[in-house]
Amino acid sequence: MHGRPRKASKPEDEAASTAKAQKLRALQTQFFSFHHSKIYTKEAVELSAKLLEINPESYTAWNYRKLAVEHYLSQPDCNPESVKSVLDDELRVVESALRQNFKSYGAWHHRKWVLSKGHSSIDHELRLLDKFQKADSRNFHAWNYRRFVAELMNRSEKDELKYTEDMIYTNFSNYSAWHNRSVLLSALLEKKAEGFLLKENLLPEEYEFIHQAIFTDPDDQSGWFYHLWLLDQTVTTDHPLLVSTWPAHGSDVFLVGDRCQNGSFSPFTTVLSDSGSFPIVLYFNQPVKGVSSSTVIIECGFNKNEELLWEPLSVSNLQTAQVWVAHLKFPTSELDSSVEISVGYSKEIVSPRGSQYSHPSTFSFKVHVQPVERDSSRVSVAENILWREENFKAYRAQSEESIPIVSFDQLCIKNGHESTPIVSFDQLCIKNGHESTASNWQTEALAKEVECFRELLSLMDCKIGKLTLARLLTAYDVMSFPFANKLDEYSSVLLRKMTSSEESLLQHCFQYKDSVSSAIGNPICLRLNNLSLSRIRAFERLLWVQILDLSHNELESIEGLEAMQLLYGLSLGNNKLRSLTALEPLRKLKSLRVLDLSYNQIGDHSIDTTRYLCSSPLSHSAGSELNDVALINYWEAFYMFKDLKLNQLDIVGNTVADEKFKSVLVKIMPSLKRLDGQLLD
Amino acid sequence: MDDIPPYPPIDPTTFDLIVIGTGLPGSIIAAAASTASKSVLHIDPNPFYGSHFSSLPLADLPSFLSSHSTSPSPPRSVSSEEHHDFSLLGLAARPIYSSIDISSFSPDLIDQFSRKFILDVAGPRVFFCADKSIELILNTGANQYMEFKSIDATFVGDSKGNLLNVPDSRAAIFKDKSLGLMEKNLLMRFFKLVQGHLADEQDVKISDEDLQSPFVDFLNKMGLPPKIKSFILYAIAMADYDQEDTGVCGDLLKTKDGIDQLALYNASIGRFQNASGALLYPIYGQGELSQAFCRRAAVKGCVYVLRMPVSALLVDKDTGCYKGVRLASGQDIFSQKLILDPTFKVTLPSGSSPSPPLQAKLPFFSPKDDRGKVVRGICITKTSLKPDMSNFLVVYPPRSLFPEQVTSIRLLQIASNLAVCPPGMFVLYISALCNDDDQGKKLIHAVTKTLLTVPPPINSESSAAVQIKTAESGCAVQDETAESGSTGPSDPGEGKPTLLWSALYSQELTLGQVDFICSTPMPDGKLNYDDLIDAAVKLFKEIYPEDEFFPQTSSENREDDGDGDAFPET
Repeated sequence: MHGRPRKASKPEDEAASTAKAQKLRALQTQFFSFHHSKIYTKEAVELSAKLLEINPESYTAWNYRKLAVEHYLSQPDCNPESVKSVLDDELRVVESALRQNFKSYGAWHHRKWVLSKGHSSIDHELRLLDKFQKADSRNFHAWNYRRFVAELMNRSEKDELKYTEDMIYTNFSNYSAWHNRSVLLSALLEKKAEGFLLKENLLPEEYEFIHQAIFTDPDDQSGWFYHLWLLDQTVTTDHPLLVSTWPAHGSDVFLVGDRCQNGSFSPFTTVLSDSGSFPIVLYFNQPVKGVSSSTVIIECGFNKNEELLWEPLSVSNLQTAQVWVAHLKFPTSELDSSVEISVGYSKEIVSPRGSQYSHPSTFSFKVHVQPVERDSSRVSVAENILWREENFKAYRAQSEESIPIVSFDQLCIKNGHESTPIVSFDQLCIKNGHESTASNWQTEALAKEVECFRELLSLMDCKIGKLTLARLLTAYDVMSFPFANKLDEYSSVLLRKMTSSEESLLQHCFQYKDSVSSAIGNPICLRLNNLSLSRIRAFERLLWVQILDLSHNELESIEGLEAMQLLYGLSLGNNKLRSLTALEPLRKLKSLRVLDLSYNQIGDHSIDTTRYLCSSPLSHSAGSELNDVALINYWEAFYMFKDLKLNQLDIVGNTVADEKFKSVLVKIMPSLKRLDGQLLD
Repeated sequence: MDDIPPYPPIDPTTFDLIVIGTGLPGSIIAAAASTASKSVLHIDPNPFYGSHFSSLPLADLPSFLSSHSTSPSPPRSVSSEEHHDFSLLGLAARPIYSSIDISSFSPDLIDQFSRKFILDVAGPRVFFCADKSIELILNTGANQYMEFKSIDATFVGDSKGNLLNVPDSRAAIFKDKSLGLMEKNLLMRFFKLVQGHLADEQDVKISDEDLQSPFVDFLNKMGLPPKIKSFILYAIAMADYDQEDTGVCGDLLKTKDGIDQLALYNASIGRFQNASGALLYPIYGQGELSQAFCRRAAVKGCVYVLRMPVSALLVDKDTGCYKGVRLASGQDIFSQKLILDPTFKVTLPSGSSPSPPLQAKLPFFSPKDDRGKVVRGICITKTSLKPDMSNFLVVYPPRSLFPEQVTSIRLLQIASNLAVCPPGMFVLYISALCNDDDQGKKLIHAVTKTLLTVPPPINSESSAAVQIKTAESGCAVQDETAESGSTGPSDPGEGKPTLLWSALYSQELTLGQVDFICSTPMPDGKLNYDDLIDAAVKLFKEIYPEDEFFPQTSSENREDDGDGDAFPET
């Protein structure tokens, strides 16, 4: 059926096809007249059968037959016997249509439709399928239908697995058979069927099996596809899981307008919002897609009509991210209300590899809105955070206060009426401890694969073999060396340790001065300065942080920082940031007002290798701003800062920060009040 | 033989061609000549078709073999009556078989079924689905008279009794459990190279230099490991002699020929939808083939007379040219051409000195240099050599059983579903080329020792004695063997099948002769019939250079696309 060259048609064939067309046209005209006047007599139905026998692709005719069947079934005098015979007739028509063209979508669909009526015997179906699959073992219609029938018959996955194995032994160039195998194995693994409990037992056998195909004939693509699926299965961790949220479950969130009242609320959960909304952050254990107002249901006492817009927090523009954010508007009047958020009760949240979010969970928190007395006389000239040691004092927790992260151990799975916590703080710790080091079987399996394909490539030149080896090596690297260098590993371990308990975290919590006059309120400042950090990790524990001091570290990248949606003030001073484009995560931080970039290495290197990852001015459709030549010359600055509403920026001590640059910055950010400590007009 | 039954006279008495012996080549020529509108008389002294290509009931095999083993009594003196025009040349049987050794280890069982075994005299033999014989069968419509079944598998055996699957196709390589991944890759790439070469793809063409080199050198050049080389050389290309030892190799395969063999094998796999492997075996045995061509000939008007010995040839007194034959019935039949079975040899009339013209031709009467022998063995067992498998081929490459083994030994197991033995029994055909009988025996014994439990002989070695004893001794012997039989099978040496009956014999290899008298070849040592068919075609061309060998007629007998269900299985 495959690889047969098309032959030029002979004149007599053409004559025959003209005659056929003529006959068909006559039939069709007559058929349509029956169809339009809704005539379902025996004669009319037989005519449609005749039409379908010649042209199985006539969808209208199939639909007409469905209508005719429905018409017949609605007759008062029909009995089970006659229903069965009517439906059997349908099956016969389908069969003869399939004999004409066994790849007819309409015919296969009609058969499904008839069978799903439930009156016909399905024993015959497998025999019919065997016939079609013998005629063309790669006919995906037949394979599709087979899955349908197998499900209808309740045929066990193991039997079907055996069948695919037989088909593969007959001819292993069979995409459909390999595909079906992957479908069946996924189902068996999902079900945790006996003998299919652990991937680590199953996958090595499957690798062994596919090697036979790949080594026998590396030019055959079907095997490589299956290998890719196996590799995917090997590197994929479990299903996506919600590991952290903000606001945390059970927490009280105090929302204030322009500025804070006295620090009478918890400094951890009091949020200043000048936009009349607050962020809701969902932090998953791996990137997912499909987070939307239909997969995340919000119930709250206010703002009932608004559909939330969920935004993926990722640097790439793919609709996939580990962290998702939505902004919920709150009223300006005083309010105490609870909010309940349910995640994943519908199945659309999936990882890019296709595994579903399968732990539907619900979390709730209370929102307290404080009406704001606007006092224009105290406008924020003083909104200056000076990142000096003496300005911070260690925070002493009040007894009733707790850091809101702790409460996500109550993140609930709704199971009927009972709620059971699914992730406890401890569990999360364990999970995170293991997150980066793959279990042994995975690395072993990958190492074995790497060796195997190196051997293949030593024998022959094979492009797809090289590609696979590259994939394997990449996966192996990520699994066995999750850190680019020792320093990163150190940073990661340190941060995990620090955030692992409330106690250790509290040691890094400070309050800025004791000034109650500050318009920023009195939130906690988390100070992680002077720790030689080269990477930041454990964001899922830090979602609540509003002021973060990361100064005097070794940071070259702030990847992942976009998760901290509440950040108001951030110090990155005295780090090793090399370019403006390295600041990309900041663009997602809508609340950021105070930023310290002083004494980094921005502009030290004339060649910024990451700038090409950013959108370019040429592809940008922006209008008038671009007319300014200066902006084009400072494209990265424009791109990075234009959407930020910074009040205060320190950029001194960077090569890039000359006077001209600063003047551009002032132009880009009209909101800027202070630049390098100097009050702007 | 002295009692010659009265024969009805044959009418007419003049034919275009007389063919003596209904062996395969003779039958093909008879059919071809009949098809070319020649009048043909086909006679055979035996009461059955096929001669040395026949399949005989077990009971008849020993006597058939022994009747061709020793020189029979000198030809009955050619009648002294002198013909005016003709000289008479006597025809004597030439001994074909030697060292016949027939042993029965369970005579009661064998006697009970002796008519239910139909044994090939020239086994083991199979068809490749795409070989010349199958082409010929389809071309001539002889397939109407035959049914085939696929041989399930081919194995390579070793001295420990293991049978290794021969990975002969892409699917088989994939499935094979004994090959390493690298070996699979190497083998499949080699197959692809050959396929590419055959498909005339420019970039994979095998150079002429390589094509002329020995196949084994080419395989070495391709870096194939010894195991795979052996599979290709002996189990796919079916080489007879040790290809790695040029000293003993009687037939060094050239790359070109090796590749042709691979092409044949490859084309055979999947040629017929209902034949899974490359090989076919006819239901009811190989004798069916000769008979099918005889039927084909008969349909075209060929006259058949069985049980008709020929006593002499009639030659022109003056020119020494062939004129006709004198039958055992005494009737003289004349024809322009004669094809003679290889078992006859021409003797000169005693006493009278041949006429000068005849004398000039005499050197041709001496038999050609013989090309060695083929040793054949037939074994009967009650268990398959391979559980769950019925019909399969086993190849023992040179040196696989013992160091001095210089030729391949082939074994074919056939089960009752091919209607040649009772249910639950198996017939094993074994053959190998050899130089002499002792060497041949050693080869067959090496196989039987490896694969079978051979019970202690309960009868004397002598074949004739065995025959007589088992045939005559009746109940007494049966009781005796029942006892020994009960101990025999109950002591299965390492679970090997127990030998119930065996026949071992060496057969002369005589080629067809195109001379003063044309004679057909004996069954050769090959696995299929292609060389024999070539010989038959050559003979036909020799005697009828003007005529076409089975001209292509309309497609009445030939299926349209060549891949239909040409051979419905039963």
